[in-house]
Amino acid sequence: MLFYALKRLIYVLPVAFGVSVVCFLLVHITPGDPLTAVLPVDASAELQAQMRAIYGFDKPLPVQYVIWLGKVLTGDLGTSIATGRAVLTEVSRAVGNTLILSAVATIIGFFLGCLFGFVAGYYRDSAMDRLASTLSVLGVSVPHYWLGMVMVIIFSVQLNWLPATGAGPGGSAEWAWDWDHIRHLILPAVTMSVIPMGVIARTVRALVAEILSQDFILALAAKGLTDRGIFIHVVKNAAPTALAVMGLQLGYLLGGSILIETVFSWPGTGFLLNAAIFQRDLPLLQGTILVLAMFFVLLNLLVDVMQTALDPRIQRG
Amino acid sequence: MAVGALDNKNVIAPIQVSDGYWKGVLRRLMRDPVTMGALIVILLLVLMAIFAPYLAPADPFKSSMLRRLRPIGTPGFPLGADELGRDMLSRLIFGARLSLFMGVTPVLMAFVIGSGLGIFAGYVGGALNTAIMRTIDVFYAFPSVLLAVALSGALGAGIFNALVSLTIVFIPPITRVAESVTTQVRNRDYVEAARASGASGLTIVRVHVLGNVLSPIFVYATSLVSVSMILASGLSFLGLGVRPPEPEWGLMLNTLRTAIYVNPLVAALPGVMIFITSISFNMFSDGLRSAMDVRA
Repeated sequence: MLFYALKRLIYVLPVAFGVSVVCFLLVHITPGDPLTAVLPVDASAELQAQMRAIYGFDKPLPVQYVIWLGKVLTGDLGTSIATGRAVLTEVSRAVGNTLILSAVATIIGFFLGCLFGFVAGYYRDSAMDRLASTLSVLGVSVPHYWLGMVMVIIFSVQLNWLPATGAGPGGSAEWAWDWDHIRHLILPAVTMSVIPMGVIARTVRALVAEILSQDFILALAAKGLTDRGIFIHVVKNAAPTALAVMGLQLGYLLGGSILIETVFSWPGTGFLLNAAIFQRDLPLLQGTILVLAMFFVLLNLLVDVMQTALDPRIQRG
Repeated sequence: MAVGALDNKNVIAPIQVSDGYWKGVLRRLMRDPVTMGALIVILLLVLMAIFAPYLAPADPFKSSMLRRLRPIGTPGFPLGADELGRDMLSRLIFGARLSLFMGVTPVLMAFVIGSGLGIFAGYVGGALNTAIMRTIDVFYAFPSVLLAVALSGALGAGIFNALVSLTIVFIPPITRVAESVTTQVRNRDYVEAARASGASGLTIVRVHVLGNVLSPIFVYATSLVSVSMILASGLSFLGLGVRPPEPEWGLMLNTLRTAIYVNPLVAALPGVMIFITSISFNMFSDGLRSAMDVRA
């Protein structure tokens, strides 16, 4: 097991390296020079050359990459052009908020998805199955940023039950699990949970149907096991895959929270990305994307190792 | 008819089988009311986009400060007016043009590029396969929304840049599917037989591989159209895709966001269009998958 985890870790290194190259190159695919964002339009050629030397843009790309990577590995993601603060500080503050939002959304989505998936898988082709399947198709097809707007229209504008934007009195700085903060979390988290709900419901439905059709279930029933006992067997067999899908969904939400965060002005990484893009704050853009992508890579690794640990039938080597 | 022609038909028996196969697919599709319904909705949307100038009751660009945010049902504005007093119905109809174009094009482009790349990687195998697939893995390591936003954010707003970003987002998943089905087909006996009978690599790919791998890849690609619609409109919603004053559903949703306090029903309309389109493509793709009996 430990050996397998180590081996997987070694496989991840080239991917992590590739991800860092893509993030590095992001700044260089921008039209013109990365410096055009910083410099005034009428800057003299001399000043441009000077700035280029200061930022190291006069060196060949591979050299620039090595220097940049060296800094990144020591935790230096550069300085935000817009705020002058270290990118790492900005990102780590925002990541916390995004993590809260995505984790809560994933948990809600997981429970609802499992509920619908189990019902649909157990009572295949019944009315309940059709209802659950329809809900999961709706979940994966809905433009979630629009759903967010609709939620705001219903629960904030019309009913005035919950706040429409922001993350509570503490703003982006501090989060606490009290009602003042949680009421700000409800709408964005529920909106976001629709995506994992749909995906997990689909997966679980297929899993349950497949497990129920297997011979060992028939054998257990023939042995006289109660429905509850069989249910436990189904859960045990479906759990590793369902949990793996949940882990991956968390990763997708972490990286894809920008649309929801924009709708609800949630002060997370998506909000940061939005600001970075429209202020042409390239170091901030690059740093945020690098951190989010690395999170996703690590999460994938973790999910894979966990799945192997949970399911002894998976022989990987 | 010459006897030789008949003989020839018998030699290439798999083609006869695939002829029957397609008839079966069509028959199964016609019997499936949900899929046919979804297909009809998609066709109606396409017709709406093509004939937008004839269908729209008003000029989608003509604004009027006096008629801002008229509610649904106002005389002359059946679906109300937007934040600049433009006729919503006309803008929704014209919006189908850019929205459908932005949603479908990236998947088509990625289908061509990704299939080519995946079939090549799957067929040649070996070190080239490893090189291609490991590069694809790197792009797979980004969540799709993040990659789309990162690329179009770095490239800058605009229709072309958004299309390029989305195409890059969809190439890796299509390449993976193409590579895996090609690798399976490559090891089948009939490919072995073709090689033993002296067929060149290109002929084998053209005759034996393409026909067997394109349909699973195509079915997979159709399942991405719904995601692509949501992502493309999402980019415009963020201000990274289509620019004002062009009518596009995602962008309309963005500019109407502040209107939810004044006229919530009108503000939500463009999203309804995105939803209808995305769900139709999703259901059509599901139906196509089961009709073609593809497990990819």
